[in-house]
Amino acid sequence: MPVTRSEALELRSAADVVSVRQAVRTWAIEAGFSLVDQTKMVTAASEIARNTINYGGGGMATLELINDGSRRGLRVVFEDKGPGISDIQQAMTDHYTTGNGLGLGLGGAKRLVNEFHLSSRVGEGTRVVITRWK
Amino acid sequence: MDRIPILKLRDLLLVTIQVDMHDRLAMQLQDELTARISETGARGVLIDISSLDIVDSFIGRMIANTAAMARVLDAETVLVGIQPAVAITLVELGLTLPGVRTALNVEKGMALLESATGQAEDLPDTDAGHTE
Amino acid sequence: MSAATDAVIPRILKTYEAELLDEWLREQLSAFRAGSRISESDLRTQSKEFLNLLQQATEAGNITDVQGPSYGRVRDMLGDVSRARGLQGFSPSETAIFVFSLKRPLFTRIRKELATDADSLATVTWSATELLDKLGLYTTEVYQKSREDVITRQQEELLELSTPVVKLWDGILALPMIGTLDSARTQVVMESLLQRIVETGADIAIIDITGVPTVDTLTAQHLLKTVTAARLMGAECIISGIRPQIAQTIVHLGVDLGTVTTKGTLADAFRRALEMRGQRERLLKPRA
Repeated sequence: MPVTRSEALELRSAADVVSVRQAVRTWAIEAGFSLVDQTKMVTAASEIARNTINYGGGGMATLELINDGSRRGLRVVFEDKGPGISDIQQAMTDHYTTGNGLGLGLGGAKRLVNEFHLSSRVGEGTRVVITRWK
Repeated sequence: MDRIPILKLRDLLLVTIQVDMHDRLAMQLQDELTARISETGARGVLIDISSLDIVDSFIGRMIANTAAMARVLDAETVLVGIQPAVAITLVELGLTLPGVRTALNVEKGMALLESATGQAEDLPDTDAGHTE
Repeated sequence: MSAATDAVIPRILKTYEAELLDEWLREQLSAFRAGSRISESDLRTQSKEFLNLLQQATEAGNITDVQGPSYGRVRDMLGDVSRARGLQGFSPSETAIFVFSLKRPLFTRIRKELATDADSLATVTWSATELLDKLGLYTTEVYQKSREDVITRQQEELLELSTPVVKLWDGILALPMIGTLDSARTQVVMESLLQRIVETGADIAIIDITGVPTVDTLTAQHLLKTVTAARLMGAECIISGIRPQIAQTIVHLGVDLGTVTTKGTLADAFRRALEMRGQRERLLKPRA
């Protein structure tokens, strides 16, 4: 898949979640997304970036402008070398309860994007890839 | 360090969130609001997010938590100014903000709060909606 | 192709520019249907520019590499012509003929130039064919893409037109749904409804589904999403046009419409909406 441009962002602290949101917003605008699609992508990225920091112990977010020949898209790859997710099924179910933040936001993020891939190994880390097409 | 200002208007507290909040700032706001409600005995809280172009699950939970704590302190919360794109995303995300009433703008929100807090009897509680 | 034969085409394009232009124009005009929308002076300008750019591109060598950098300006110009013709409603042939009709004049020239050298004649003619075929195909691709874009845009506009949001009264909007509710349509519907709520400051939205033939689980979910989104904007929804069969289906499907008010007809819904507004007026009046 031809990658037109890419940029990697470090995910260490809570402030980095804001940076990722702003970067994804800028790139989504450049990819020509409508306002609603921009908002969905930025929100999905925010959810996963937060997971990477809070549960993955920090990691990287790589933004990529992609082109499959007939359409443009935006892909963001989140990687961490954290504890990994032991029960992926469970992680994908929604937990939006008030109180402690048990919800991993992954199920919700999946609904906001066109493609969602998650791979994780306990003790090694997690990789989440989200893609939206124009 | 930025702080989000909380205004007192009669017995209502008004918060306008204009910055893209990072998690710590959001928690700070939640704590401050709860403290102010308790200090002032405010009966209503109006949270204006008309400047926010993103509301993710963390912010949503913060708002829902604030409303829950406010209710324990006998105050009603109304959230106003959700942008259309944000509303559509929230619905897709499945974030329902239980226990939080919503209104289109500050004016309607204040009217809603004033009627909610001025009533002697309890109004029926609808999920994130208007009272009839 | 050797350097010597490589140089033939650019030389011909330069030396015989005027004759080529005239002959080529004649070919093009005869190919268009009578009463066609093409203007002769426009055509002359376009053709002259193309010959010019083609001449420059072929001078750079590697003549048949039309995707290469030396053909950048040629591709741009052809792209503009194709898109314009696509938008003006010309057929694909009428667009491709721009390039293909240059073949006969060019081959005639090449034959005259290389009359005594059969080998070179064959080589150069082959290059010329390859070159013009590739450029002609390029115009077809651009033409097709621009037509697809037009269709996509028209589809979107049609989608918007088919779900108009109507202001029934001060603060009351109506959304008559017609046809099936798929997720693309639901998105468009939600966006226009929310936009109108913001613009009009409406408190109540009546969603009329008289024109929706079937309500399955997916449709019901889409309806609920719309209701939830409207609520987030502070507007309450009433669903009207629920026929008895639909009511049965909804119950059988186990769909929970929650606290949404439902009415049989738009008129009933409107009456209810007025009541609700009246109640709201009373509720929001400051107590003595």
